[in-house]
Amino acid sequence: MKVKVISRSEEDYTRERTSDLRKVQRNYDPLLHQFEKAKEYTRALNAAKLNRIFAKPFLAALQHDDGVTCLARNPKLVNSIVAGSADGDIRIWDIPRERTLRRLVGHTGAVKGISFAPDGETCVSASTDATVKLWKVPYAPFEAGVVQDDAEAVFEFQGKNAFRGIDHHWDRSTFATAGVAVDIWDHSRSEPIQTFTWGSDTVTSVRFNPAEPDVFASTGSDRAITLYDLRQATPLRKMVMQTRSNALAWNPMEPFNFTAANEDCCLYTFDMRKLGSALCVHKDFVSAVMDVDYSPTGREFVAGSYDRSLRIFSVSGGHSREVYTTKRMQRVFAVRFSGDATYVFSGSDDMNVRCWKAKASEQLGIRLPREKHKQAYNDALLERYKHMP
Amino acid sequence: MAEGEPPTPGEARKSSKKRKNVRDPDATETAKRLKRGPAVNLKSITDKKLKGKLRRAEAVFNSSRKKAIQVNEWLLPATAGTLEAEGIERTWKFKQEDIVQAVDVTAARKVFDLSLPELGPYKLSFTRNGRFMLLGGSLGHLAIMDWQRAHLVCEVQVREAVRDVVFLHNETFFAAAQKKYVYVYDKRGLEVHCLQDHTLVNALDFLPHHFLLTSIGEYGVLRYQDTSTGHIVAQHKTHLGPCSVMRHNPYNGVIMLGHARGCVTMWTPNLTTAAVKMLCHTGPVNALAVDPSGTYMATAGMDSQIKVWDVRMLRPMHTYYSHAPVTSMDISQRGLLAVGYGRKLQIWQDALRNKAKSPYLNHNLPGVMEAFRFCPYEDVLGIGHSAGISTILVPGAGEPNFDSFVANPFQTVKARQHQEVAALLDKLQPDSIVLDPDIIGRVRKEPADVARQRREEEAAANTARLVAMRREAEAKDKMKGKNKPSRRHRKKQNNIIEDRKPAIKERQKEEAARRKEAAEKNETAIPKDAPRAVRRFYK
Repeated sequence: MKVKVISRSEEDYTRERTSDLRKVQRNYDPLLHQFEKAKEYTRALNAAKLNRIFAKPFLAALQHDDGVTCLARNPKLVNSIVAGSADGDIRIWDIPRERTLRRLVGHTGAVKGISFAPDGETCVSASTDATVKLWKVPYAPFEAGVVQDDAEAVFEFQGKNAFRGIDHHWDRSTFATAGVAVDIWDHSRSEPIQTFTWGSDTVTSVRFNPAEPDVFASTGSDRAITLYDLRQATPLRKMVMQTRSNALAWNPMEPFNFTAANEDCCLYTFDMRKLGSALCVHKDFVSAVMDVDYSPTGREFVAGSYDRSLRIFSVSGGHSREVYTTKRMQRVFAVRFSGDATYVFSGSDDMNVRCWKAKASEQLGIRLPREKHKQAYNDALLERYKHMP
Repeated sequence: MAEGEPPTPGEARKSSKKRKNVRDPDATETAKRLKRGPAVNLKSITDKKLKGKLRRAEAVFNSSRKKAIQVNEWLLPATAGTLEAEGIERTWKFKQEDIVQAVDVTAARKVFDLSLPELGPYKLSFTRNGRFMLLGGSLGHLAIMDWQRAHLVCEVQVREAVRDVVFLHNETFFAAAQKKYVYVYDKRGLEVHCLQDHTLVNALDFLPHHFLLTSIGEYGVLRYQDTSTGHIVAQHKTHLGPCSVMRHNPYNGVIMLGHARGCVTMWTPNLTTAAVKMLCHTGPVNALAVDPSGTYMATAGMDSQIKVWDVRMLRPMHTYYSHAPVTSMDISQRGLLAVGYGRKLQIWQDALRNKAKSPYLNHNLPGVMEAFRFCPYEDVLGIGHSAGISTILVPGAGEPNFDSFVANPFQTVKARQHQEVAALLDKLQPDSIVLDPDIIGRVRKEPADVARQRREEEAAANTARLVAMRREAEAKDKMKGKNKPSRRHRKKQNNIIEDRKPAIKERQKEEAARRKEAAEKNETAIPKDAPRAVRRFYK
């Protein structure tokens, strides 16, 4: 007779000293793991409940003296944001300490746009007082204090009419302004080096393409989105929609796609090569969408609207994933994503720049690998069972 | 070519080619078991976004399945037990003494005979990891022992009749069905709860994933109690008389009862009537057993038949003849069926999927058997009989490789505490128990007539809305010039009064009726000819 019976020796399955690792046996046979789907669903429910419990997105409110009209993100720094307000006051904020580092004084009209040069040390701002000012933005100091200095502009560009928007080139020291027409300026020239016009309506905003540095798009009050190339003398293409677009943002990861924030409470994502139909229509706002900005990951974007809320959408999502609103926040005029895609900033009519978390229930700070794994597992569970009650 | 010589390059190429063509039979077996159902048919999906997502999900699933197959094929530390007969020997002729002698010391130590003749026939229960055994003698002897190391954890004499015992989620708690009620004890033998809702209970069972203690007794009422919150989740009147045969199906958590009329009923906490009622035998059902995958059920009846059923299809598969009434049955983790008749025990291998011609092992007991259970993850069968407890070796009964996160026989105290917390967090809701657990998360295509009806309703609603809009637009034109603010305000005031008028009128009527009634009562209470001074005595 040949017999073999299960006999386990204790040394193989337990540890000798407390400094040894504990031995873990795995057997992936489904017979041992019963009720897989039911357990996963229970865990997904628990994950959803925990997400709701820990959803505290609001972090800080930074005060201005007048309604905030524009925001700009420094491409080289993650912990600061520049905000321009309706009384011409531009402030550089140190967000972790919630204090103003610099006040850039000089503008007499509302600041309509701020943009950084690619080196992160120069920024340009355009205002309704028909001037564009060039500023040197120093590296943020670490000393305590509220307001360090009032800094003056390094250079001033005088225009003929009020400016509505501005964007800096990604490579060279040129920038484009939106006003009566699109003007291209150089840091060292006091007159625009180039002008683009198509029709006689105002241009409300300009944005340069992050991958193709000479291509840019603009939105105008003739309900049109126009594409330009700096190397050409005239604009490339114009697409007229049913309602006016207030702002535009290029997807940094898929630079041929851009999203336009429209007056009809929707955002439209287009492929610039095929402007015949939108790739996606993002609907959830109840009033005009004022501003849009993409996350550096290129997978989602934030939009702020006249209806006092800001929403975060996923790139291919028809509806928003998250909505942030407060009783004290009035019309949102400017929104920006932070450089590490963790925070979202909103500048609104109630004179505050608010700082929010991009993922409302995310745990900030340094997390253990175990915690990160659990969070990733919970996110995957929620994704799988999101259609279930 | 000799075996020890290395193959020449030409032959090596040939042999490697041959190796590619020959499939390892184990690989396909493991792969089939880990497949968990057919893949999603991506061709029929028209939505491109959904198709892309599903394709990615399938790719992730396949890569994880491949890794699991590799682990299960190459990294599992132990293999299942076997018993082979050589020549003209037959396995059913082997005695336990021969098997014990042929096996190593560790395994031989697992076979023992506890002689406890005074305290009545014994029932027993094992924890999910097979480490602890709970004995319950009919005259009130309850004991937990770590049976492999012959270590007694606790012992208590409750001085009452004990009809059934079962461990709860781990060895720290167990439940005993005593003379009148069910009692829950700690692992030190201290009585923790007296469950007065469960009266005259014959059989107890515990659903580990749902933390539900179930009981059935003389009154034929099946009760589910959640042992983590303490609530009675459901109680169903079976209307089929007293019952003492109860098992739970580990695959879907359904409770199966065997009744005196010969029918087997399956119950879930949601439905007040049985989910399934099967007529299995012409006489009373004596014993019932379900295999761990929830595919096969074996029933034994007084009509000397042992029937094997396919539980998912509810079809009979095989019938065996039993020469004596069956007292007890159990199916091991690897599908071995153990049948007990009085003092004799028979174990059948592969009796469920195919019809077996002869038993695998036979054993005779020193006393009349009461109940037996296979120990999980061990090749051991524990038997409770009138003379005490015995264990016998059954090669090939238990699953050789356990998963530490499911059940670990070498669990430390800290691991047990962590597992308890994790099990409570993952506790499934009792209303999720259904006959087919795969239904959770499944998408069902809408039937054609329902879809058509929905579309008709949508179209009707749309046309109604358009008509209403048109009417409103027309009404607006008619009201041009007549919609002055003062006129609107006056109409509003009128409307308010109109609305309140009937309510006020009713209240006034009620008030008048009440006053009249009070006046009448006053009049009748006081007689007419009584002088005025006396009237106050009548009030």
